[in-house]
Amino acid sequence: MTNAISEIEGMEVIFIIGSNTKETHPVIANRMIKAYRKGAKIIVADPRLIPMVKFADMHLRIRPGSDIALVNGMARVIVDEGLLNKEFIREKTEGFEAWKASLEPFTPEYVERLTGVPREDVARAARIYGSSRRGGIFYTMGITQHTCGTDNVTALANLVSLTGNIGRPSTGINPLRGQNNVQGASDAACLPNVYPGYQKVDDPEVQKKFELAWGRPLSPAVGMTSTIMMNAATDGKIKALYIMGENPVITDPNMHHTVKALESLDFLVVQDIFLTDTARLAEVVLPAACSFEKNGTFTNTERKVQRVRKAVNPPGEAKDDLWILSEISRRLGYEMEAEPEKVFDEYSKLWPALSGMSYLRIDRHGLNWPCPSPEHPGTPYLYKDGFPKGKVPFISVAYQLPAEVCDDQYPFVLTTGRNLFQYHSGSMTRRVEQIEAHAGEPYVEINPSDSENLGIRNGDTITVRSRRGEISIKARVTLRVSEGTVFIPMHYREAAANVITNDAFDPHVKIPELKVCAVNIIPSAVSAV
Amino acid sequence: MVKITIDGRPIEVTESTTILQAAKLLNISIPTLCHHPKLTPFGGCRLCIVEVKGMPKPVTACTTTVSNGMEVTTYSPYLEELRKTVLELILSDHPNDCMVCEQAGSCKLQDLAYDYGIRENRYEGERRIYPNRDGNPFIERDLEKCILCGRCVKVCDEVQGVEAIDFGYRGFRSKICTNYEEDLECEFCGQCVSVCPTGALTGKQWKKKGRKGGQVEVETTCPYCGTGCNITAHVKENEILKITSKEQTWNEGWLCVKGRFGYRFVQSPERLKRPLIKRNGKFEEASWDEALDHVARRLSEIKEKHGADSIGGLSSARCTNEENYAFQKLIRAGIGTNNVDHCARL
Amino acid sequence: MQKNNIEIRVCMGTGGIASGGAEVLDAFRREIESSGIRASVRENCSTHRVGCRGLCAKDVLVDVAIDDEKVTYQYIKPDMVSRIVKEHVLENTPVTEWTVGEEYHNFHKKQVKVVLSDCGRLDPESIDDYIAADGYEAARNVFTSWTPEQVIAEMKASGLRGRGGAGFPTGTKWELARANVNDDKYIVCNADEGDPGAFMDRAVIEGNPHSVIEGMLIGAFAIGSKKGYVYIRAEYPLAVDRLRLAIREATERGFLGKKIFGSELDFEIAVKLGAGAFVCGEETALIASIEGQRGMPRSKPPFPVNKGLWQKPTVINNVETLANIPYIMRKGATWFASYGTEKSKGTKVFALTGKIMNTGLIEVPMGITLQEIIYDIGGGIEGGKKLKAVQTGGPSGGCIPADMLDLNVDYESLAKVGSIVGSGGMIVLNEDDCMVNMAKYFIQFTQEESCGKCVPCRVGTKRLLEIMERVTTGQGKESDLELLEALSASIKVTSLCGLGQTAPNPVLSTLKYFREEFEAHIRDKKCPAKVCKELIIYSVIEDACKGCGACLRACPAGAITGEKKKPHRIDPEICIRCGACFDVCKFKSVGRD
Repeated sequence: MTNAISEIEGMEVIFIIGSNTKETHPVIANRMIKAYRKGAKIIVADPRLIPMVKFADMHLRIRPGSDIALVNGMARVIVDEGLLNKEFIREKTEGFEAWKASLEPFTPEYVERLTGVPREDVARAARIYGSSRRGGIFYTMGITQHTCGTDNVTALANLVSLTGNIGRPSTGINPLRGQNNVQGASDAACLPNVYPGYQKVDDPEVQKKFELAWGRPLSPAVGMTSTIMMNAATDGKIKALYIMGENPVITDPNMHHTVKALESLDFLVVQDIFLTDTARLAEVVLPAACSFEKNGTFTNTERKVQRVRKAVNPPGEAKDDLWILSEISRRLGYEMEAEPEKVFDEYSKLWPALSGMSYLRIDRHGLNWPCPSPEHPGTPYLYKDGFPKGKVPFISVAYQLPAEVCDDQYPFVLTTGRNLFQYHSGSMTRRVEQIEAHAGEPYVEINPSDSENLGIRNGDTITVRSRRGEISIKARVTLRVSEGTVFIPMHYREAAANVITNDAFDPHVKIPELKVCAVNIIPSAVSAV
Repeated sequence: MVKITIDGRPIEVTESTTILQAAKLLNISIPTLCHHPKLTPFGGCRLCIVEVKGMPKPVTACTTTVSNGMEVTTYSPYLEELRKTVLELILSDHPNDCMVCEQAGSCKLQDLAYDYGIRENRYEGERRIYPNRDGNPFIERDLEKCILCGRCVKVCDEVQGVEAIDFGYRGFRSKICTNYEEDLECEFCGQCVSVCPTGALTGKQWKKKGRKGGQVEVETTCPYCGTGCNITAHVKENEILKITSKEQTWNEGWLCVKGRFGYRFVQSPERLKRPLIKRNGKFEEASWDEALDHVARRLSEIKEKHGADSIGGLSSARCTNEENYAFQKLIRAGIGTNNVDHCARL
Repeated sequence: MQKNNIEIRVCMGTGGIASGGAEVLDAFRREIESSGIRASVRENCSTHRVGCRGLCAKDVLVDVAIDDEKVTYQYIKPDMVSRIVKEHVLENTPVTEWTVGEEYHNFHKKQVKVVLSDCGRLDPESIDDYIAADGYEAARNVFTSWTPEQVIAEMKASGLRGRGGAGFPTGTKWELARANVNDDKYIVCNADEGDPGAFMDRAVIEGNPHSVIEGMLIGAFAIGSKKGYVYIRAEYPLAVDRLRLAIREATERGFLGKKIFGSELDFEIAVKLGAGAFVCGEETALIASIEGQRGMPRSKPPFPVNKGLWQKPTVINNVETLANIPYIMRKGATWFASYGTEKSKGTKVFALTGKIMNTGLIEVPMGITLQEIIYDIGGGIEGGKKLKAVQTGGPSGGCIPADMLDLNVDYESLAKVGSIVGSGGMIVLNEDDCMVNMAKYFIQFTQEESCGKCVPCRVGTKRLLEIMERVTTGQGKESDLELLEALSASIKVTSLCGLGQTAPNPVLSTLKYFREEFEAHIRDKKCPAKVCKELIIYSVIEDACKGCGACLRACPAGAITGEKKKPHRIDPEICIRCGACFDVCKFKSVGRD
C-alpha cells in the first residue's frame, strides 16, 4: 500500500477493483465503511455482488478478465472530459502523449462490449474518480491473478498518474496483501531476483555488499519462481525442494500438475505446523512453531513492521523455524543467528528502509517503512517527495483475452477466491472446530438462471469440470455471481478449486491465472470412474 | 473554541466536543454504560446525567455538546441518587448471577453496582426470561444479561456495516434481535462481543475457560490476512483462552471472525509434534538430530551431484520477517542458489 | 315556494361511514335521480359527502339545507331516506320526529370552530369545494405578495402554539428553522395521533385535508422548504386515502410541485405511513421512522429545527396546528388572537369522552371553563351520577378533581394543577371510576409503548406498573406510595424523551388529588369505586334472597350453591368476581363490597 490503513477514512473516493475487501480484509473494510460514513464515494468493480457493494455508490459488474478495458475506458473518459491532472502529468510523469494515443480504441462502445458495464456507468465512475484529488485505489488478487496481471496493475498505475492521486495522505494506490506477512516475505527477499530490500541479485555492487555481509560467495544468476520451480521439478532440473510453511498442492493451480512435480523430486523437506497435503509428499517433515509460539515481526500490507510475541510453548518437540533453519545451516557448514532480535538487527542493517527500526522502537505500535534512521517516525504514505526513479512513465497496455475462454465444451467462466471464514489452504482455519461448524463445506456459487437451465437446485452436488480436472461440489444458487460465471472458494481440499484452475501465468511475474478459466457444469456428482 | 467549566474547573475545547469528552480531558470520570468512544452517542443508559446551569433538568453528558460559558456539575447528591435509581432499575432486570458469569471481573455493570454499593434493590420485580436458542458456534448470547445499551447494535451497523441486529419489540419486552431472530446476516466478527459491557455477549470458545484472574495477556499480531491487526492473546497454563484487541490499537480493537475466533488450531491435536522421516513410503517419528542430519546430508548430496541450482526453497508469507530472512540466507549463502520464492502470488 | 337551492350533506367521516353513511348517501342519490321528482329540483338539488362535525354518537347525521335553511337529522338509516326526500325535499316539510334535539344545538352553541369550521360543510374529496370556500387563497397571497419574515411575524402575532401537546409557539419554531441556512429543509406534519381516545387529527384530515396541505405550504414558504412529509398512522385508512387524493388534486392544480403560484418556489409532499408505534408521535422518533430506522427517540439538543430529518433543519407541526394556519392567514392574526387567553390564543379541539352525555369532538376557545365544557357542551354526567374528575392530556396528562370545575382550560392553567392540554383528550370520570385503576391503565399503556431505549422508561415504568398492580389487587404496602413518588420523580427527570418524562403524570396527579383512594386500596383492601376485581367481595344478602337460582345459573365459576327457594351462598374462594350474579339478580340480594 502506498497509504497507511488509517488514512483510508480520509479518502474522498475509494475505487475497489478485484478485491472482496469485506471478506478478505474485514478490518480494512471497516475503515472504508468509516470513510463512507464520512461521505466518501465508493466504486466497486467486481464480477460478483460482493458485500462491499452495500456501501458502494456504483457497482461495475465487469466480466472476469476485462479489467484493462474498464480501466483504460475510464482513463479515456478522464482525458476526454479534461479531468486529468495536468500539473502532475507535466512534472511527475513521462510518455503521456504516446499513452494517450493508445487509449484510442477504448471507445465507450468497445469498453461496454468487453466489460459488460453500460457505457454511462463507466463514464460516471471515471468522473467520480477523475474529479477527486483524494482518491484511493484498492486491489488484490482479482487484478493480479491473471495472465495479464502485470498489465492490469500498470493500467491502474496509469490511472493514478493521470489524476495525480498519489503521494499525499489518503491518496494512493493500495494492493492489499492476502497473507499476514506477504509484504515481509517479499521485503526479506524470499524472491528469486533480489536480496533483502529489493536489491537486485544481478547487480555486482549489491552482490559484493551481501557477500561481505554473509561471508560467502553468492550466485549472480536470478533464480526460479515457484511456478517455474514446479515445472523444473517435473523436467528433472530441480532435484530438491525445501518448503517452509507452504502448501502448494492446495494453493497452486492445476493440482495434478503440482503433485506430479513434487513426486518427481529426489528430495522434499517440508517444515510446517500440520501434516499438509504437501507435507504428505515429503521425505522429511519438520514440526514448526506457529506464530503464537515464537517471537519475531510481521510486516503488514501498509508496510508496518509489528511485533509477534510468544504466548504459549509449541506442542511436543516442535521448534521455532529460526532454530530449525540455523541447525540445518550449521550442518551445511554455515553458521547463522537463531535469536529473533539479533536476526532482525542483522537484516535491518542491510536495508536502509529498515535501518531505523529496532524491537525497542516498534514495541507496541510498529513502524511503517521506510524508516532510515533511529529518529525517523516511519512513513505512513509513500512518494511524498517524488518517485525513486524520477519521473513515472505512462505505459500503454492493450486489452487481451484470458488464456482460456469459454467455448461449447466449457461454456462457464470459473473464478476463484476466498470467503470470510476460511483462510488460504485452510491448514489453520479448518482446524478450528467453530469455523468448520459454520463454514466447513465447499460450494460453488451459481446464478439462479443458470441453475434453472441446468435443473440444479440449491444444495445439489454437481460436477465442475475443466480441461485439467473435475470436482464434485455442492451448488449454492445465488445472485452473487452473474449468469455464465461460477465461483469456488479456494480453501477446501476435498473439492479443491485448484484441481480445475488454469496454470497459465503472467509472463512478467509468473502469477497464475486463478481468476479465469473455462469450465463445464454437470448437474450430478463425479461418477465413480 | 468554547470555554466551559466542569465542577468549577475551566477548560477550552472545540465546539463539537461533548460534555463527556471534555470531562475526560480533565480526568473527571462520569459513570457510563451505553457509551463507547468509537461509536456515536446513544444516550440510553442515562447514567452520565450531569447538571448544566440554566437547564431545567439534568442532561446526558454523552449526547450534549458544549456551548460557551456552560457550567457543568458532574457530581451532587441529587445526581448520585438519580444514577443509583437507574442502576437499581437495570439490576432489577438482571440475573445478578455474577458468581457464575463469564464476565465477572471485567463487567461494567458489576463495577458500577460495586461503586454504588447496591445490594438491596428497592425496585425488584419481573425479570425477562429468554430460552437459550442460539445455533451459531461462535457467539453466546445471554439475553437475560442484556441491558439494552445498544452498543452491539451500533458497532454492527456503524463499524461493521452489517446491521445483523437491532432492537425488537417494545416496552419491557424490548430486546436485541437478529433479523427474524436468525443468524442470517451475521459475519461473526465478534465486534459486538468486544463492546458488550456485561456478560450478555461472550465467545462460546472461552466459556468456562476461566475468568480474568490468573490470565497473562500477550500483545501480538494476528496470523491471518495482511491487515495485521494487533491482538491480545489471553493465556493461562500454556493455553490461549481467548483473543481480544484493545481499543488503543491502530485497528481500534476491531477484528474479524478469523482473528477473534480462529485461534484453536494452535491447540489442534493434529499439530506436528516430532520430526518425521519417510521410510518405505511411511512416516516414522525421528529425533531432531536424526532429522536435521538427514536433511543436511540429502541437500549436500544433491548439491554435490547436480549443483546448487538443482535445489530450491519455498518460504512462507505466514512466517516472520526473521525466518524469511534466515531462509533466503540459508538458500543463498548456505546452499548457493537464488532459487527461492514464496506464495505472494497465490 | 320557489326552490332555488337544495343541499343534502351526509356525514362521511370514519364514524359516519361506520354507521352507514355511504349507504345513506347512495339512497339519497338514488331517490333524487329516480321516481317522479321534477327536473327542476334535480338540477338544483345536490348531495355531498362531508367530514365529521363532532357528534359521531348521533350518526348518520344529515343536513338538508333549502336556501340556507338548514335542518339536521340524526340516526338516519337508508330506509328513512325516501320519506325525507318526499316530505322535506319535495314538499318542504321537515320530518320533525327525526331531526336533532336541543342537545345537538347546545353541543354546538358554546363551541368556536376554526379548524373544524369546514368539517361537516365541505366535501373532503373535492378540491373545488375547498377552493369555493376561499381555499388556497391564503397560500396564493403568501406566495405572491408576502415575505417569509412577514409570514413568521404574522404567526408570532397570532400566538398560535403547537397543538400536539407541548405548546411550543409555532411562529418561533418557524423562525428558528428559517434562520438555519441550508439547501434542504423539511416540514413534517405529525399525524401520528396516538393518545387513547383522541381523534381530532383524524377528523381534520378526513374532513378537510386541504387545510393541512395549505398550512404546510405556508409553512414551507416561511422556512424555505422544498419537501414536506405527512407522517400518518396506517390505522387511519380513510384519512390516508383522502390525504393522498387531496395531494394529488393540489398537485394537478399546481398548488404543489414546481413554481407554485407562478413563484420560483417548489414544494412537494410525501405521505409516510406509521406502523402503529405510539412513540413515533415523539418528533425525534418520528424522524427516525421516516428515515427508515426503528422509531426510537434521539437526545435533544440538537433540536429538529437545527438537525432533524436526514440531519437537516426540520419543522414538525401537528395536524391541528397546520389546519389553523390557512384561517389565520385568511382572517388575520388579530382575529385569531381575539380568542383565548393572554398566553393561549385561539381555539383547541378536544375529544370529549367518558361518562358524559354528549361524547364527541368539540372545538372551544382557549380559556373556557371545565364547567362550560362538561355541562353546557357535554350535557352533564351520564345517568345523573356525580362527576369525580376530568382526565386531560391522555397518558402524558393528569386528572383534575371535580372541585376544580372553575378551572380555565388553557396551557398554563392545566399545567398549574398538574395536568396538560396535550393533544386534547378529555375523559370525564364519575363515581363509578376508580382513579387508581385509571392511572394503572395509562401506565400500562406507556409501558407497552416504550421504545426500550432508555432505562427509566423501559424498566422504570414497568416497576411503576407492578406497584400499581400490587395496589389494585390488594397486595399494596404502605411504603408503596413513597416508592411510587420517588420512582415517578426519577423517571420524569432521567427519561430520554417526552414519553418517559411524562409517563408518571397520571400516577402523580392521582396521588395528589386522590391519595385516599390509594390508601383505601392499600390499608383497607377496598376499591371505593368497586372497579378493582380482586378487592370486591360478592355475598348474598340472605334476607332479600328469594332462592330463584338465577345467580346460580349465571355463575361461570360454580361458586354459588343453594336450594330452591332458600337463600343461596357464594363461596369467596371460588368466586372470580365477574359480577354476573350481581347483574342478574332481580331482587338486589347480591351484595358487592
